[in-house]
Amino acid sequence: MEILAFLIPVTLFIGGVGLAAFIWALKSHQFEDPKGDANRILTGDWDQKPKP
Amino acid sequence: MSVAGRIETDRAYGGGPTTVSACPACGVAPSAERLAELSQPLTARLMLTIPAAHCAACISTVEGGLAAMPGVHSARVNLTLRRVSVEADPDITADTVKAALLGLGYEAHELDPGLLSATETDRQGRELLMRLGVAGFAMMNVMLLSVAVWSGAADATRDMFHFISAAIALPTVAFAGQPFFRNAWLSLKAGHLGMDVPISLAIILASSISLYETFHSGEHAYFDAALMLTFFLLAGRYLDHRTRAVARSAAEELAALEVPRATVLRGGVEVVAAITDLGVGEQVRVRPGGRMPVDGVVVEGSSEIDRSLLTGESLPDYTGPGSVVSAGEVNLTGPLLVRVTAAGKDSSLHRMADLVGIAESAKTRYTSLAERAARLYSPLVHLLSFSAFAVWMWITGGDVRFAINISAAVLIITCPCALGLAVPAVVTAASGRLFRKGLLIKHGTALERLAEVDCVVFDKTGTLTMGTPEAVDIDAHSASDLALAAALAAASSHPLARALEAATTAKGVHPAVVEELREVPGYGVEGRWQGASVRLGRAAWCGAEGLAVSATYLRCASGPAQAFAFADRLRPGAETAVAALAAQGKRILLLSGDSEAAVTQMADRLGIAEWSAGVLPAEKAARIAALMAAGHKVLMVGDGLNDTAALAAAHVSISPASALDAARVASDIVLLGHDMAPIGDAMRIACQSTRRIKENFAISALYNVVAVPLALAGFATPLAAALAMSLSSITVSLNALRLR
Repeated sequence: MEILAFLIPVTLFIGGVGLAAFIWALKSHQFEDPKGDANRILTGDWDQKPKP
Repeated sequence: MSVAGRIETDRAYGGGPTTVSACPACGVAPSAERLAELSQPLTARLMLTIPAAHCAACISTVEGGLAAMPGVHSARVNLTLRRVSVEADPDITADTVKAALLGLGYEAHELDPGLLSATETDRQGRELLMRLGVAGFAMMNVMLLSVAVWSGAADATRDMFHFISAAIALPTVAFAGQPFFRNAWLSLKAGHLGMDVPISLAIILASSISLYETFHSGEHAYFDAALMLTFFLLAGRYLDHRTRAVARSAAEELAALEVPRATVLRGGVEVVAAITDLGVGEQVRVRPGGRMPVDGVVVEGSSEIDRSLLTGESLPDYTGPGSVVSAGEVNLTGPLLVRVTAAGKDSSLHRMADLVGIAESAKTRYTSLAERAARLYSPLVHLLSFSAFAVWMWITGGDVRFAINISAAVLIITCPCALGLAVPAVVTAASGRLFRKGLLIKHGTALERLAEVDCVVFDKTGTLTMGTPEAVDIDAHSASDLALAAALAAASSHPLARALEAATTAKGVHPAVVEELREVPGYGVEGRWQGASVRLGRAAWCGAEGLAVSATYLRCASGPAQAFAFADRLRPGAETAVAALAAQGKRILLLSGDSEAAVTQMADRLGIAEWSAGVLPAEKAARIAALMAAGHKVLMVGDGLNDTAALAAAHVSISPASALDAARVASDIVLLGHDMAPIGDAMRIACQSTRRIKENFAISALYNVVAVPLALAGFATPLAAALAMSLSSITVSLNALRLR
C-alpha cells in the first residue's frame, strides 16, 4: 500500500498537466474555430515548408 | 466609410499577425521584416463575412488570395463563423478587400464592428468551457479514487481517499458551480423555484454531507456525484450557450450588414454621416439603387421608388419634387435630393424599433417544454427529499445524520442531470442541422413552436417572390419591337429595363442602333431611331393605356404603344416549400398588400386557394390574431415593414435575410439563402426534435422511477447514484444525436 504515497501524487500531477494544457489552449483562443481547424489539417499549403 | 469601417482590436487568434517561425534557421531572417513592421504607424483590422466559405479549399483560396494582395499583412478565416479578419495597411479599405474576394469567387460583406459584440459572448463561452474543463478533470480524478472505495477500500485507506477527494472536489464545486449558484440565488430572490435551486441544493448538500462523513470516517461520500452533477449540467449549459451564441452572432452579422450612413450636403460639400447625427431640415443625397435613410420630402430630381418593403406593392411609384418619401424605400432611377423631415427618434426608423420592442415582449409569453417540465419537477424534488428526511427521522427516532444522508441521496438521484441535457442536446443538434440547410434559429423555443404550427401565412412581394421582375410576354412581340426595346432598355438601370434586357439577350435579340439615348429619371428612356423619336417607359409618357399588371411601354414612330408585361420572379424553392407544406396538411394563406391582379396570378401559380390582396399592415396582424383566436397555430412568413406586426402576432415567424431589419428582428427564424425550400424541412425537423425532447424527458423520468424508490428506502450508494446519473445523461445525448 506504500506505493499509493507515490502513485496518487503522480496521478494528480499528470492530470494537472492535462488541465493546465487545456487552460492554456483555451486562453490562446484554440477553441474559437473548431470547424476551421478540422478543415485546416486537410490543406496541403504548408506541407513542404512551415508557414513564414 | 473606410475610417469607420476600421477597428483596432486585440489579437483574435492564436497565431496572430506576427507568428514566430517554427523553423530555427528562419528565425534570423524575419528580423528585418519585423523591424519594418514595427516602424509602420498602425495596421487596420477589417472584418468581413463570407457566407459561401465551407471547406478546406475555401480557407486556402481566401487566405492565399488575400495574403498575395499588396498591403495585406495577414488574413485569417474563421470557418465556424464564416468570417475573415484581415490585418492590413491603413490605406486598404473594406471595398478593396471585398473586390478581391469577389475576384476569388466569394461574395463578401463588410461587418460594422460597432454592432458586433462577439468578444463579450466569446468571453462567456470561454468561461463556461473553463469551468467545464475543471469540473471534468476533477470528476475523473475523484471517480478513480471512488472506484477504490466502491471495490472495498476500508478504514484508513477509505478515509484518506475521501480526504483527497474532498481536497479536489470542494474547490472545484466552488469554482465550477458558480453559474448554478448565481442563477439559483436570482430565482430565489424573484420568489420562484427554477431548475437551478434543486441543482444548487443538491450540489451543496452532497458536498457538505460528504465532508461531514469524511471527518467522521463515514462509509458514504458523494464527492463524485456532486462533481458529476456539475460536469453534466455544465455540458448542457455550454451546448445551450454555443447554439445561442452562433445564432446571435449570425443575427448581429445581418444587422451589421446595413451600415446606417447617409450622404449629407453640408455647406455645399457632400459628407458621409451617421443617420443618428442628421437633423431636421438638412439635405440628403440618395443615389439610384440606394435606400432612403430618413423620412423626408424630395427637393430636387425625379425618379421612381420601390415601396415593396414597406407596403408590399410591387409596382414602383413616380417621385418628383414635393413627393414624400420614408425611410426604407429604395430609389430606382435618378439621384434625389431629400430634405429631412424626421430623423433620429422621430423618424420611421424609430417607429420600427418600437414595433420590434412590441414583438420582443410578445414572444416571451410562450412557456417552453423545459420550463413546463421544471415547473412540475422542482417542487416535486424538494418535496420528495424533505419528506424522506422527515420519514427517516421518525423511523430512526431522530438520527439526523442518517436522515440527511438519505435526503441528500434523493436529491442527487432526482437531480435533473439528464433534464439539463435533454433540451440543449436536441436543440443544438436540430439547429446545427438547420443552419447547414440555411435556416438560422434565432429564438430558443422557435423549434418547439414551429412543430405546433397548423396554418401558414405567406406574404407575397419579397417573400414568395424575389422582388425582381421578369418579362412574361416577350414572344408576343415582333422582332423589330424587341430589337428596339433591347437597345432602349440597355440604357437604364431600372429593374424593369434590366429584366427586359435580360429577357431579350436570352432570346438572342440583336439590339437596334438607337442614337441620342437619354434616360429621363422617373419616366423612362428615349432615343432616336431611323430619324424618329422612340420611348420606353411609363404608360402616360409613352401615350398608352396603363395595364393592371406591372408593365413598361414602347412607343415607336408608327403604330400604337406596345406593352411589355412583367411578373415578379418567384423565389427559388417557393413552389417546393408551398407543396411540402400542403403535403403536410397545413392550411396555407396568402396575404399581400399588392394589387389584386398580381396576387391572383401568384396564388394560381403556386396553387394557394386562400388569398387576399390589398391588405393593410394592421389588417394582416388582425387576420393573424383572428386565426390564432380560432385556435390555429400560425406560422407567418414575411419580409416587409408591413409584415412586422403580423410576424410579431404569429405563433412563430420566418423572414428571408433580404428583409428589413425590423422584420428580421421580429421573426424567430431567418432564411439565410435565397432558397425557400428548407422551410418544409424545417417543419419536419422541428416536429422530430420536439418528439426527441419529450422522449428524453420520458427517459430521465424512467431512470428516476427506478432509482428514487431505492434512494427513499436507503439503498442508494454513491455507486448507484453515479451509475444512474451517467447512464441517463449518455442515453439522453445519444437520443438527441439520432435526429436526421
